[in-house]
Amino acid sequence: MSQAHALSLVGLTKRYGSFTAVNDVSLDVAQGQFLTLLGPSGSGKTTILMAIAGFVAPSAGAILLDGREITPLPPEKRDFGMVFQGYALFPHMTVAENLAFPLRVRGMERAERDTKIRATLDLVQLSQFAERRPSQLSGGQQQRVALARALVFEPNLLLLDEPLSALDKKLRAELQDELKTLHRRIGRTFINVTHDQEEAMSLSDTVAILNHGKLIQIGAPDALYDRPRTRFVAGFLGKSNMISGRIAERIGATARVSVGATTLTQRLATGATGDTVLLSLRPERIALLGDGETAENMVEGHVSAWSYLGAGHSLTVETTDLGSLRLTLPTWRAPFAPAEGLTLRLGWPSDAAAPVEDDGDE
Amino acid sequence: MSSAVLTTRAAVPAPVPRHFANAGWYALILPAFLLMTAIYVAPILQVLAISVTEPTTGLDNYERLLTNAGVQRAIVTTLRIGLITTAIALLLGYVLAYVVALASPAAQRWWLLAVLVPLWISVLVRAFAWVTLLRRQGLVNQGLMNAGIIDAPLALVWNELGIVIGMVHYMVPYAVLPMLASMREIDPRLLAAARGLGASRFTVFRRVFFPLSAPGLAASGVLVFIFSLGFYITPAILGGGRTLMAAEWIKMQILDIVRWGMGAMLATVLVIAILTTLAVFSRVVNLKRLFGAGA
Repeated sequence: MSQAHALSLVGLTKRYGSFTAVNDVSLDVAQGQFLTLLGPSGSGKTTILMAIAGFVAPSAGAILLDGREITPLPPEKRDFGMVFQGYALFPHMTVAENLAFPLRVRGMERAERDTKIRATLDLVQLSQFAERRPSQLSGGQQQRVALARALVFEPNLLLLDEPLSALDKKLRAELQDELKTLHRRIGRTFINVTHDQEEAMSLSDTVAILNHGKLIQIGAPDALYDRPRTRFVAGFLGKSNMISGRIAERIGATARVSVGATTLTQRLATGATGDTVLLSLRPERIALLGDGETAENMVEGHVSAWSYLGAGHSLTVETTDLGSLRLTLPTWRAPFAPAEGLTLRLGWPSDAAAPVEDDGDE
Repeated sequence: MSSAVLTTRAAVPAPVPRHFANAGWYALILPAFLLMTAIYVAPILQVLAISVTEPTTGLDNYERLLTNAGVQRAIVTTLRIGLITTAIALLLGYVLAYVVALASPAAQRWWLLAVLVPLWISVLVRAFAWVTLLRRQGLVNQGLMNAGIIDAPLALVWNELGIVIGMVHYMVPYAVLPMLASMREIDPRLLAAARGLGASRFTVFRRVFFPLSAPGLAASGVLVFIFSLGFYITPAILGGGRTLMAAEWIKMQILDIVRWGMGAMLATVLVIAILTTLAVFSRVVNLKRLFGAGA
């Protein structure tokens, strides 16, 4: 199999009349990486993918493959495999003919074609379905055929447009694992688009978060989750408690942040006394304090809502100064049966919350 | 399959009252049914029966199919003109349907209007309009002569060419509509996918778009061909009585030389030919289902 390739977007912009779908997006995808473009609908993620594939001509900016500009190339000259939303399998061809299509248009001999098709169908475990038509396959099988068709001609890049969105939850988890294994096995560069943050985090090496056509943050999934740059990222990647306060005093790398009458101790690299700060505190970082236990930050509140999730409890605790805080506790660690109105003491260390920029987006 | 399941389910809960309800509904269509059988189907069968009763009982009239040069010529002419018309109408109609199918929704509405307007104009008016355009002193010949392209007027009308021009003009909308319907069902993502897989625009058309639009092409072909077998007014006016197609030949047998048996015989042959074409075509439609193009 050929080498994996690197892709760069430089100032990519796409305008439709006065509407800017993609606004000055620059990013690099290294060889063999699995990048996911993640964002809500209308964030421009699909437009970026279509521009990479060559179906959308950018209004400005450039697309580079291994440093070579490919912006003006038509889609058929780019040699990118693509899995479309809804799969776009040719209904008048069998599975094998669908896979043969990209090989035939490249003028490959029949014998070589058959070998490739068999090998690729083996890769996605569909060898026994070669002579079926797409309409005779289940959704998960169709998805795998689409994947096989996109990989059979050993493309420079594999582009995936919401590849799992049409499947039910269980099948989706299964195919997520398959996709990940496949990526590791063939070592090719994958670019995926999704609005599902769990899918993005579990599949990718790198996640690019987009909103309103702009690239908000790019990085490894855990880096994005633990250190979101803005309120939007914190809210879009999982759940978060937002705490807005004012720096009362700075002591080295930490600061005393006052929120109403409560003062928090928070690790903070920037910001001067008097500045307002917005903190994102993940629900699982809040601990329940037993009698006599202490933490760097402590607040008291009463349970206003709770739900049992099997693996854990999700609690909403009303506090005087911090408003309602959401926290999750593993079931095995909950020392009580939660009940509404119960008074609890909560605590978290100074490095649990991350300071975020307020971009006005939840 | 799913529809069969649904029907069974719907039929199970209340079988008895449903029968009464159905009887009531059937009673409502009874007048229309009686009207059709009494005033339309029965007389037609009667006329068709004449083919084996006049002038004598038996298959004498049908034997003429093998011996009479006149009826053979009419049949061959009808088939030839029908096939030529169908071929040209399909070609023009396919291009038109392709353009309409790929146009923006707003443009599609105007295109459709333009395709449908000719259907609302009387076939008689259109035939005479073609005569004025195509005759020796008509607009086309005059224009070509004034432009110095030809010296003498071309024989554009009162021959097969004139008939074909008039019939194609009539048939194009009928060719466009079924093809357009099947083209509109083609998922545009398939075309994008094909290009993404490395196919040029032409290959995408040849390997993806055309095969997927083929059922519509077949439907249009059958529709246009069946229509052209029974054409009367257009060939009568644009053929100038020199080229006889089946319908005009039947009219001549019955009204001019009063040989009812012969006229009715060819009419019967036409009806059987059309029913056979439809029967064969319904197989083709089933084939399409088997292909899984609908899924």
